Amino acid sequence: MDSFIVISLIKVLVVFAVLMTTLAYLQWVERKVIAHIQVRPGPYRVGPHGLLQPLADVIKLITKEDLLPSYVNKPLYLMAPFISVSMALLSISVIPFGPTIQVGPYRTWMQLTDLNIGVIFILAVSSLGVYGIALAGWASNNKYALLGGLRSSAQMISYELPLSLAVAGPLLLSNTLSLRELVGTQAGGFWHWNVLRGPFPQIFSFLIFLIAAFAETNRVPFDLPEAENELVAGFHTEYSSMKFASFFMAEYANMITVSCMATLLFLGGWNAPWPAEYGSSLVPVFLFAIAGVIALYHGMNAARKRDKYTFPAFGVIFLIIAGVFLLPFVQSWLMPLFWFCAKTGTILFAFMWIRGTLPRFRYDQLMGFTWKFLFPVAMLNLLVTGFLVAWF
Amino acid sequence: MDVILFLIFAIIAVVCAINVVVQTHPISSAISLVGVMGSLAVLYLLLGAEFIAAAQVIVYAGAVMVLFVFVIMLLNAGAEVRKGRSLMVQLLGVPLLIVFLGLTAYFVRRLFPGDVTVHFGGFTGGTAQAIGRALFTTYLLPFEITSILILIAIVGAIVLARKELD
Amino acid sequence: MSAIPISWFLALSAVLFALGVAGFLFRRNIVTVFMSIELMLNAVNLSFITFSYYFKKVDGHLFAFFVMVVAAAEAAVGLAIILTVFKNRATLNIDEVDSMKN
Repeated sequence: MDSFIVISLIKVLVVFAVLMTTLAYLQWVERKVIAHIQVRPGPYRVGPHGLLQPLADVIKLITKEDLLPSYVNKPLYLMAPFISVSMALLSISVIPFGPTIQVGPYRTWMQLTDLNIGVIFILAVSSLGVYGIALAGWASNNKYALLGGLRSSAQMISYELPLSLAVAGPLLLSNTLSLRELVGTQAGGFWHWNVLRGPFPQIFSFLIFLIAAFAETNRVPFDLPEAENELVAGFHTEYSSMKFASFFMAEYANMITVSCMATLLFLGGWNAPWPAEYGSSLVPVFLFAIAGVIALYHGMNAARKRDKYTFPAFGVIFLIIAGVFLLPFVQSWLMPLFWFCAKTGTILFAFMWIRGTLPRFRYDQLMGFTWKFLFPVAMLNLLVTGFLVAWF
Repeated sequence: MDVILFLIFAIIAVVCAINVVVQTHPISSAISLVGVMGSLAVLYLLLGAEFIAAAQVIVYAGAVMVLFVFVIMLLNAGAEVRKGRSLMVQLLGVPLLIVFLGLTAYFVRRLFPGDVTVHFGGFTGGTAQAIGRALFTTYLLPFEITSILILIAIVGAIVLARKELD
Repeated sequence: MSAIPISWFLALSAVLFALGVAGFLFRRNIVTVFMSIELMLNAVNLSFITFSYYFKKVDGHLFAFFVMVVAAAEAAVGLAIILTVFKNRATLNIDEVDSMKN
């Protein structure tokens, strides 16, 4: 009993630390990706290739003056970012990052807790996250904030419906609500993943889930409620410094959660795309080795003077990581973790790619899209899935 | 351990319920009601009703109360103005409530003397599988009628709340 | 691990129901009255689930589920009615919506 509590506490601390760092660097990755899509360099002054930019942003946000305007509804004003962040972080607690890991005499799953209602727990927590935005809009006592807050809340609850129906598709195939068992039913190879297996491959569910996930997390093309040029800044107009940072953290944490959900539900979680005996364990070695070689090559013909030192340094780091993947005693837990992060990272990259590419919907187009198109399509998809699963 | 959890969330539920009744501005009442529903969801988990706990948060706290909060924000009618209450209500209100509660507690205690206790894990039949099986076999007719009821509610709400086309 | 006597859950349900009745009778704002109704429905749900534990059957859960669904439908229609009343009377005080009184 005691070792359970201590191990859980250690896992919570590790996950929290990794999550906070990932949130900060996710913003760096997003800025770099969007910048390169728009053919500009992005942050590259602060640290090598802007890698210390998130640190600079954190320092700036913490040291900014924390305003508490006199005309706001104080309890709700203070509670709203708290609700947003806590709901966003709570949903990470049931996500399995990999199979069991053995440290000394203790064996534990790479998951904070496994609920046998894991999938609907995440849906429940994300529907509570709507309150953070609605109350932020109301408490700010400002008509732009209220409009932005109401629009954003209406958008989020409207898109929860196709999201839930799209989630129900792979649940019919996997027959379980627990996330750990969901990954277990998709083991074996990429033809066993829920997006490709069963009497009806869940490709439509995957697409509907992704579209609804974009709207749930208020990302482009559905980010009108927080559009800077339309509604001043939407629901977080009156917020500054740490509370503003909380809303941003909540948005990125929500993004990570829905990407992890997509990976677990559709793409097989931490399972490798083909079994390990055919060489899938060499893929990360290969990838990191290529990255290291490219970095070393660019380091030799460096465009700027500083790159002569940073690029080879990164090249060496990548080659060391490639070597770490070859060690046999870390392969049991590092491989699944790599596959999970690779799949989640691909979906997060898709989020950023679309942000750099698509324009945003107008609000009536957005609502018309969900009620008149996405919801009927999701229902039809669930109907066809259920029919085919029952028949075969 | 279970007793501590029950006491914490029961006290939160009662305090939030008193808040719902006592607060003047409807939005504070709405948020307190969300607190009641959340703590009730934890109590359902203690009673082994895991699917109903999740459904309570998704449907009640996450959809119905959001609807309430929307309507309160849109109407923006402000806090309630307290008019005077009659003398009889002020004198007898709280004592009568306590007498009613005492009687209820006495009857409940007589019927369930305390041999049946609730502990976490005492009832494992509240899984999604069990509820799904019962919903689609024994309770199929209420299920279908409820879906028609929801359709009626949707049509009714749209008809009532639309703008008149003049 | 100590256990909780089942009468405590029923007592809590009674307390919440009584508070809902008090709110329903004593408040004048129509939205607060409606929220007291939802409080009463929640108290009844707790009772259903407690009895489902007592008899070790899942039927209480089903009843609570249907109560939830009906409450959601009722909330939708009721709030639409409240919006219409507000549009026509510009007040949310139920004492002032009394044109059918003698």
